[in-house]
Amino acid sequence: MAQSAQILKNKKNDILELWMKNQLTDAGLRDDLMSNEELRSQSEELVDTLIGSLSADNITDAESSDFDGVIEILGGISITRARQGYSPRETGAYVLSLKEALLSILETELKNDLASLYEESIKVSRLIDSFSIITFETFIKGREEVILRQTDEIAEISTPVIRVWDGILALPIIGTLDSSRTQVVMENLLQEIVDTGSSIAILDISGVPAVDSLVAQHLIKTVSATRLMGAECIISGIRPEIAQTIVHLGIDLSNIVTKASLAHALKFAFATLRLEVKKKAGVVVEKAN
Amino acid sequence: MDRIPILKMGHFLLVTIQVDLYDRLAMDLEADLVKMVSITGAKAVLIDISAVSIVDSFMGRIIGNIASMSKLLDAETVVVGMQPAVAITLVELGLELPGVHTALNVEKGMALLSSLIIIDEETEEEEDDDTALS
Repeated sequence: MAQSAQILKNKKNDILELWMKNQLTDAGLRDDLMSNEELRSQSEELVDTLIGSLSADNITDAESSDFDGVIEILGGISITRARQGYSPRETGAYVLSLKEALLSILETELKNDLASLYEESIKVSRLIDSFSIITFETFIKGREEVILRQTDEIAEISTPVIRVWDGILALPIIGTLDSSRTQVVMENLLQEIVDTGSSIAILDISGVPAVDSLVAQHLIKTVSATRLMGAECIISGIRPEIAQTIVHLGIDLSNIVTKASLAHALKFAFATLRLEVKKKAGVVVEKAN
Repeated sequence: MDRIPILKMGHFLLVTIQVDLYDRLAMDLEADLVKMVSITGAKAVLIDISAVSIVDSFMGRIIGNIASMSKLLDAETVVVGMQPAVAITLVELGLELPGVHTALNVEKGMALLSSLIIIDEETEEEEDDDTALS
């Protein structure tokens, strides 16, 4: 009993017309995102491929390789619709509305044979359901890829080591610190100390929204490692809430020089290196361009 | 049998470790250096480990020991030129060498030791003055 595949093949044009009619009369039609002609050609392609690859054997097996073409088109539809601004619900509804059309065609063809109508309807229903799941998977996969790419990009935002003065390095850290990132920061800082022969490094964490105990430990390690190499490390820009966190966690930063801001840290570094920044006598003359 | 040479220069003792240390060598160095500090009455010891690229917990401890022993014999110790990898390893091992001075390179280490010794001499002189006055 593989009549449904045959019936659907014969009624291909009716299916498309019915489906299009349903879509165009649907209240949720987004003609602002896609023109009706475009929608029609997209739908036609899908129906053509689906009915073309449908056979008596594979109607119960959505995993069959015969449907590769269908899955490819569904994936394409899912991705382009996501880009055009369709919600996942609308994309899902689009595929499921095809089922409605298929089932009503079957209904008209098989209304005299209720047993086989039921049987064939279940088959078609299952097939289209698994296709709609594939559509969703593709949609989510696309999202996942974007998220992964962004994660990589965030990880690649390196923490620059800036030479603010001869013998003074500054490291403004921005964003959430996790263990791996702190490790990278530490290695960069130590390497830069060796390369530039700087004796003071300022870690500015004013751009860090939160610090947990692990990150605090990492900061302490960074400071210790800097000291072992023969340089000094100052931590500046600790926010009040971070100070609270650190004290509540019982982390002892008393051996570490901490300054309120990068400017204060720089002042301290100048004092340590016995440097002086003076204001010159006289008036500042604004030069007109 | 390798030996790491210990050079005397005025009040200073200079040790430059140019090979990767193995345990036997490190222990010999420890013994030799303490002897040398005692014999020469050196006030400062400079250990250059810029050529050391790998340390283990044992080595870290030896470096710490040398510093602590020299301190007992009234000599300041400075470790110079530690590589980043070595620093990270020591910190991870929890060997933060308290009481050991550090410097980026031999030059800075020497300057640091000189200043430390000058301070020491000044305080000694002050103490002498105090005793002379009383």
